[in-house]
Amino acid sequence: MKARPDPDQLLRRVQAEEQRERRGRLKVFLGYAPRVGKSLRMFDEGRRRKERGQDVVVAAVQEKSSDAVREIVGRLENIATVAGAIDLPAIFRRRPEVCLIDELAFDNPAGSAHPYRWQDVEAILKQGIAVISAINVQHIREQQDAVEAITGKRAARSIPQKFLREAEEIEVVDAPPDVSNGDGRSLAELRELALLLAADVVDYQLQQYLDSNGVAAHWGTQERILVCLTPRSNAADMLQSGQRNARRFHGALLVAYVAQTGLNAADQERLDANLALAHDLGAEVHRLPPGNFADALLAFAREQRITQLFLGHSQRDRSPVERLIDLAEDFDVRLFPHGQVG
Amino acid sequence: MSRRGSLKVYLGYAAGVGKTYRMLEEAQALHARGVDVVIGYFEPHGRQETIAKTQGLEVVPRRRLTYGGAQFEEMDLAAVLARRPAFAVVDEFAHSNIPGTGNEKRWQDVHALLDAGINVLTTMNVQHLESLNDEVWQVTGIRVRETVPDWVVDEADEVVLVDLTPRALRNRIERGVVYAPEKAGRALDNFFAEANLTALREFAIRHTAHEVEDKLFAPHREERILICLTGRPSSANLIRRGKRVADYLHGDCLAVHISPGPVCDQAVQRHISFARNLRIQTHVIEGEDVPSLIAGFARTHKVTQIFMGRSAPRPWWNRFKETVVQQVVRMARDMQITIVAERRR
Repeated sequence: MKARPDPDQLLRRVQAEEQRERRGRLKVFLGYAPRVGKSLRMFDEGRRRKERGQDVVVAAVQEKSSDAVREIVGRLENIATVAGAIDLPAIFRRRPEVCLIDELAFDNPAGSAHPYRWQDVEAILKQGIAVISAINVQHIREQQDAVEAITGKRAARSIPQKFLREAEEIEVVDAPPDVSNGDGRSLAELRELALLLAADVVDYQLQQYLDSNGVAAHWGTQERILVCLTPRSNAADMLQSGQRNARRFHGALLVAYVAQTGLNAADQERLDANLALAHDLGAEVHRLPPGNFADALLAFAREQRITQLFLGHSQRDRSPVERLIDLAEDFDVRLFPHGQVG
Repeated sequence: MSRRGSLKVYLGYAAGVGKTYRMLEEAQALHARGVDVVIGYFEPHGRQETIAKTQGLEVVPRRRLTYGGAQFEEMDLAAVLARRPAFAVVDEFAHSNIPGTGNEKRWQDVHALLDAGINVLTTMNVQHLESLNDEVWQVTGIRVRETVPDWVVDEADEVVLVDLTPRALRNRIERGVVYAPEKAGRALDNFFAEANLTALREFAIRHTAHEVEDKLFAPHREERILICLTGRPSSANLIRRGKRVADYLHGDCLAVHISPGPVCDQAVQRHISFARNLRIQTHVIEGEDVPSLIAGFARTHKVTQIFMGRSAPRPWWNRFKETVVQQVVRMARDMQITIVAERRR
């Protein structure tokens, strides 16, 4: 169970919520390639909202839009851009309920209020105006290395991933790759990348929602694997398997060890070598305070919403490992053979 | 024999996200290009925008059936087969047919169409995937009864995510687009609670990513997972979990039951046929010494991981007796053994 939040924490939460309420809502349509139909979906949502009586304006349209997009945009009120940049003063004077802004990753010309369009969007949201926008995964800065590895190309314009993650809503625009539009395999890989990014954003939102509603959940929709290292574990096998499982499940990999006092020099050396291996693999390594081995691991696993715990087999009967198996009701325990050491 | 038809699945996470609408949009696009498309089965749910999307498409009349004194309508498989279109639209892939009137499940009807060379467009929600049944229950409290084995969806040529944000979905429900107004309020409090929707949506997005990845990489089978099957109710969870891990690792999956006598009891029989439905190779070994038979079977079948359920709690008078799990663990310290959690709420 989670402890009750302290009053200061509650106050900060309330203040943050109030600020959020004054702020306009941001909704982003996320696609994996040009021409999957993000812009159309975005403007179509604008059209439907207008039909339902909301005050909607178009603040930015791509130059090379499809006929279907042009047709919708033509039926909505437009606030023209100035040298490509959103006309912020005009929008603030007009004060619509909803702004439609295509091409979220856009560099404003010199002399604009902000260098980047996403900063304009931020300013509009602060005025309490909702924004609907669209972006492709190749324009998310933190995804650009991965995109480049797939396509060999890097988009010049980008937005920080954090901006996307803080959006109230993101919606995936999915479609099977249109092979006539390029290399099918690259497109499929980009599609997977966009889906995984969306899943992470949704997972983040789910946790935020649960936290702000005081729901302590031990479960998750994502696999979270915890590898527990001891001096005698076959760290190479366990970490390799942990990594493979985390990758295949698109989950998280954590590594922990329970600090022990009075380890002999040889064991300390083995533990250090195992931990070094984990560091080399780039795993997050947690040190659990000395104490009862099974209790410490159990508490940490629950706090971290672990779904699979990887452990070495015990060398003897009635060991802490057996006790852990008895107590670990809410996650899987996988036991690994020991290496040749010791 | 004609070429097998292709299968496209529109995957969503709840009623009302727009799966049927997207499917019909595609059917209309095909129709406009002169492709021979018919509606084999369509569930209108009284949604006007969706119904409008069927205009101009040929509908194969449904089959009317009486069961337990009530009238039902199902897809008329024989009529669709006789009509032989290039594409058939078949809504609600996970649907169970009325008992005793042909195939048990609609996905089996769809397979008959595919076998006849007819391409099929269909819809389903992620919670109907067999392997997610326990996780969905744990997260949402809903035990989904109509399920589709994962291999059926894995075999689809295309899986397309139909996404809608939970907020937009809840707005649609409030406006009465999805359900009649008297049902809407209750729906919003229960299944359509925001946390449920968000979690289900995450499952749908992750599963689509998994399907995309599966088609990208040729499997190289190095893992062999052995599920130790018993008659305990938790075996269903164990089977789903073992199969899911095997699938994600692109590994093989087999199951063994150690039976004290020549005849397995009914619960075991049910689990064995459940495992076979999921395309798990099953074995029954007659014998008394459960732990050593399991360990021996694992060794002779080159198993890389043993999956076991948690042992039943021991009665007070027998607290120091070793459980089967303990015995297997002690006997097979040279192997990977996974003790699977019991999903609870």
